[in-house]
Amino acid sequence: MPGRQLLMDFEVTPTSHTLEAYRARGGYATLEKALRTMQPVDVTKEVTASGLLGHGGAAFPVGRKWSVMKPGDDQPHYLCANADEGEPGTFKDRWILEHAPHLLVESMLIASYALDVRHSFVYIRGEFDLPWRRIQGAIDEAYAAGLLGAKLFDTGFMLDIVVYRGAGSYVCGEASGLITSIEGRKPYPRNRPPRLTVRGLYQKPTVINNVETLANVTGIIRDGAEAFRKVGTAKSPGTQLVSISGHIAKPGVYEVEYGYPWARFLDVDCGGLLHGAKLKCVIPGGISTKVLTRAEIEPLMLSHESVNPAGSSLGSGGMIAIAEGTCMVRLLQVLLRFYHHESCGQCTPCRDGMGWMHRIIDRIVAGKGVAEDIDRLYAISEANDGTTICGMGDAAGYATIGILNKYRDEFEHFITHGSSKCDGRLECLA
Amino acid sequence: MKHLIPEFEQMKRRYPEGFEASLVLPCLRRIQEDRGFVAEEDILGVVEYLKVARIQVEEVLSYYTMLRRKPVGRWHLQACRNIACSMRGCDGLVGHLVEKLGIQPGETTADGRFTLSTVECLGSCGTAPVVMVNEAYHEDMDAAKLDQLIEGLR
Ligand SMILES: Cc1cc2nc3c(=O)[nH]c(=O)nc-3n(C[C@H](O)[C@H](O)[C@H](O)COP(=O)(O)O)c2cc1C
Ligand code: SF4
Ligand code: FES
Repeated sequence: MPGRQLLMDFEVTPTSHTLEAYRARGGYATLEKALRTMQPVDVTKEVTASGLLGHGGAAFPVGRKWSVMKPGDDQPHYLCANADEGEPGTFKDRWILEHAPHLLVESMLIASYALDVRHSFVYIRGEFDLPWRRIQGAIDEAYAAGLLGAKLFDTGFMLDIVVYRGAGSYVCGEASGLITSIEGRKPYPRNRPPRLTVRGLYQKPTVINNVETLANVTGIIRDGAEAFRKVGTAKSPGTQLVSISGHIAKPGVYEVEYGYPWARFLDVDCGGLLHGAKLKCVIPGGISTKVLTRAEIEPLMLSHESVNPAGSSLGSGGMIAIAEGTCMVRLLQVLLRFYHHESCGQCTPCRDGMGWMHRIIDRIVAGKGVAEDIDRLYAISEANDGTTICGMGDAAGYATIGILNKYRDEFEHFITHGSSKCDGRLECLA
Repeated sequence: MKHLIPEFEQMKRRYPEGFEASLVLPCLRRIQEDRGFVAEEDILGVVEYLKVARIQVEEVLSYYTMLRRKPVGRWHLQACRNIACSMRGCDGLVGHLVEKLGIQPGETTADGRFTLSTVECLGSCGTAPVVMVNEAYHEDMDAAKLDQLIEGLR
């Protein structure tokens, strides 16, 4: 196992997701402790002290987000668990929704108590079926057990949780797009400021956290911030759920303690590459993070302070292992098609830029590329940086530049020869 | 859609008051589940029930890729073609389906049994390639498994 486990710390069985099994593991005792012995601000203080960082992609400190909310300021507050899980390569929140749904519910109850929330939401991507049935099932169980929709432990605190199902759209995962979607509109992201913690859902203060982020809250309140900080590293406390896919022998979701050696994780824990192939590069945390070569990751640890200086980030934990022989031109084509497809169309640089980039890469792959195409891809990527409303415009540019910088020769070869330097393969053959 | 109103009323209870517009998407999803698509009369029904502008219902209906205004085949095959599935051979699978069913992505077989679509990452990359059939994910697919699956659906 890649280090200590905080979330995947129980045996998965056909019934381990139920309320009964969760209670047998000590479930909902932390909620009672929080409500009976802590003030809302104490909960936020503990979460702040834990140093917990967001797991949705940006690693934003949770305590800093929560501290903006002022309990008791006489206006409604909202909490949304982001279960949109749309970043290609990412499938870790699904593990929590399917196997530990009550951990999310208990954490949302505790977070809602801290943030003075009366109504909260789980925004789940539209395609998810089993994960939806599991989280909805857990919420139904919690209602039946009097944990939701009723005043708890003589405190007057009560919470409703609505599971809001998306209907196929990547930008719904972006925090302000998510809010607009819940408001019953198309999910156009919003300009900030104002921050969502000041003016979010229905124009009221709103906290949006990733599912995995929230799932950590119960453990932090149960064992204390100090115990949480003993896991991981000083700058990256705790663990990260890594969902690994691509040309890896043992794909799946792994809970990795921050600070674990990256190469060891791939070679030992994940069994190396398929068919004993050699690693060419890795996309660390979803396609929006920059690719790192085998040589680059060799000395690195899986922690923010190790990966960020190498010019990439752990992002959403959606790791993709890429074998030698894979055509990076065709790989970029898949990414650009995706971004073009998902651009909400609100900002000109993203709406038009994604279309241009997609057409350029299609042309290169069709063997009709021209020498200036590489510069054009750079120019469009750079023009997007910082000029769009949401992070998608930037992300597409980063991903593109990341691949171009490291594999420019493959693009030049494709353009001059009209064909791939690597057989145009994306698969890893035996 | 009128017969679904009691269900909608149930749903409404857990939302904060005064934000009925939030129910546009959930109502449309439920209607589609029931009828297979969203019809003109459903749009009018939602407008009347939620007291929202028609344009808002149209906006939601046209933006989200899972919502549709026309029926699809009895079995809707949606093959993922994003990065992890591409790296595990989804292009071959889509080609196989095109050949076997005699239709292109976006089309429905003449007998109305099958609709084929391609979709972007389904959040199941560890078990790529993935083909969704109606609501269910079919993971770690290959041509032989697909053939078997389709035989079972005929
Ligand atoms: C285009 C785009 C898509 C995103 N998709 C997701 C997503 O699917 N899930 C998620 O948790 N965060 C996603 N995010 C990040 C959210 O905007 C937000 O930062 C996050 O949910 C905050 O939670 P955290 O602080 O707990 O990480 C996305 C961001 C962008 C720009
Ligand atoms: S950057 Fe792209 S996806 Fe984001 S708001 Fe602008 S157009 Fe929409
Ligand atoms: S790429 Fe196909 S499920 Fe993620």
